[in-house]
Amino acid sequence: MCFGPFPLHQTMASRKESAASGSSPLETPVKQIQIDGLVVLKIIKHYQEEGQGSEVVQGVLLGLVVEDSLEITNCFPFPQHTEDDVDFDEVQYQMEMMRSLRHVNIDHLHVGWYQSTHYGSFVSRALLDSQFSYQHAIEESVVLIYDPIKTAQGSLCLKAYRLTPKLMEICKEKDFSPEGLKKACIGFEIMFEEVPIVIKNSHLINVLLLDLQEKSTVADKHELLNLSSSNHLEKSLQLLMDRVDDMNQDIGKYNTYCRNLSKQQQQKQQYLQRRQQENTQRQSRGEPPLPEEDISKMFKPPQAPPRMDTLLIAGQVNNYCQNIKEFTSQNLGKLFMAEALQGHSS
Amino acid sequence: MWQQLKMKYKNHESHGDLRSLSSSLFIIILHFLYEIMAVHGPVVKIHPVVLASIVDSYERRNEGATRVIGTLLGTTDKHSVEVTNCFSVPHNESEDEVAVDMEFAKNMYELHKKVSPSEVIIGWYATGYDITEHSVLIHEYYSREAPNPIHLTVDTALQSNKMNIRAYVSSQMGVPGKTVGVMFTPLTVKYVYYDTERIGVELLQRTRASPSRTNGLTTDLAQVASAAGRVQEMLTTVLSYIEDILSGKVMADNSVGRFLMDLVNKVPKITAEDFESMLNSNINDLLMVTYLANLTQAQIALNEKLVVL
Repeated sequence: MCFGPFPLHQTMASRKESAASGSSPLETPVKQIQIDGLVVLKIIKHYQEEGQGSEVVQGVLLGLVVEDSLEITNCFPFPQHTEDDVDFDEVQYQMEMMRSLRHVNIDHLHVGWYQSTHYGSFVSRALLDSQFSYQHAIEESVVLIYDPIKTAQGSLCLKAYRLTPKLMEICKEKDFSPEGLKKACIGFEIMFEEVPIVIKNSHLINVLLLDLQEKSTVADKHELLNLSSSNHLEKSLQLLMDRVDDMNQDIGKYNTYCRNLSKQQQQKQQYLQRRQQENTQRQSRGEPPLPEEDISKMFKPPQAPPRMDTLLIAGQVNNYCQNIKEFTSQNLGKLFMAEALQGHSS
Repeated sequence: MWQQLKMKYKNHESHGDLRSLSSSLFIIILHFLYEIMAVHGPVVKIHPVVLASIVDSYERRNEGATRVIGTLLGTTDKHSVEVTNCFSVPHNESEDEVAVDMEFAKNMYELHKKVSPSEVIIGWYATGYDITEHSVLIHEYYSREAPNPIHLTVDTALQSNKMNIRAYVSSQMGVPGKTVGVMFTPLTVKYVYYDTERIGVELLQRTRASPSRTNGLTTDLAQVASAAGRVQEMLTTVLSYIEDILSGKVMADNSVGRFLMDLVNKVPKITAEDFESMLNSNINDLLMVTYLANLTQAQIALNEKLVVL
């Protein structure tokens, strides 16, 4: 499912050179993201047409970096991975698409990728890997997460995320053991950082929008003020419970590992003590002491479970909780409005 | 229109040339049809993403090109054609010849088909106001790709202070057997949106208002507040209309009155106690969920810290 950037090597090399020779590597390379209205519409359309009921839809973002903001000016969708994976070549598709777009003067620089999500569940290993490979090649790349269900509830939900530098380091080391993570001092809250988004349209598009507004019929569905919340809340809570169960299992595993480790330590100590006792006894009896055996070979340390999954699950749980809180606060507001409408306020 | 017709008739009566009369009559009728935008074919439903794409490719056109052309993709059914996607095709146009990169068009269509297999070529678009002779040639090419292709024009040069978006379909005209020509008949154009698209477009509309042409995505409660604000505005408009009627300034309209009655009746009539209990139980549910979510977040934060110890 994950795919990385297969950059046009010349552009990549030249970019790296200019980054090295020009300004110093920035701590937070990009402060905000500027998206064209066209990209928003395309992402919405892609999900609407191809993403019903199935997993995520993905695509590539094209644009350029301007001073301290990343401008995303166009995008193209990626076909879904179906059974006929064998004869479909992602790399070729991407290369051809970019080449063709270059002919019509569309920015052909890869600056990131987008993905749709189901109730906010996108913190996964696949996403991490993809984003890591993207950010490794292109420093400023981001992943845009589009939540269609929340959008259908009334307002566009589009968020841009990037891996924090700390997480980048860890992924580079590939050291996911508990000690490694402890050293890096990473928590689930500093895994991803959100970059603020701003939508911009050119003047001509504004003229188009004006035209559209005059000619289109008024919307008859005003989802934002919809009071029925239980369905959505139920599903979110269900997903949250599943994740918490996963987390529980993971913690259980870690606990057993810790217990095994400490038991082993005890056994080692006991063995050493016994050895010493025997040696002193033998010495007192005048016999040669027993040879020191290699303890590490006798007591093999238990396998440390990788902690990256726990981190991801914690991040996901956090995300779910955030979404639920937002949703409930909105609904509380709506309920109070309904009360005012009834006119029963004291 | 009819005066023109009469004058021409008078002229030709004096000259006695029936054939030129019929041709001029024909032309006049054509103009007439143009003006009333007769529906001689399917209704064209356009998604806003297509128009935004067209405008964007016009903005990115090569130096010296006056217009851009491209292919339209979508679906057709018996009475309508729905345009859902498009891509631009590089072409060169000069006084006497026009060259379109067909290979490119084919390639792009193949790539697009991989993503959405249900979209087919249904026509082509061009920016600009008029239909030129080159358009006829290009249209002929596209009629090989699709049965009865649609031609869409988007006036990006804003010749009449508006972006005229028109669609045409070609039909044969002329005297059969002798000179045959091609006429572009206009079709009605409608804008259709998916629900999520509509919400996206609404957000984009808001960027029009701000001076720097930018807009951030608002936070959760602010959205509810702005929606409530909009409802309030609508209510004030309705109220002022009612005041006008009561004071006699405006004539009362029965159908509007019925709608108003509907509106007032939509607020459900529930007894105070029932409503209180409903409201309270709902609020309790939401508060409990918020509490649990906060608890979970605190738990995982604690877990994090314990592991690191």
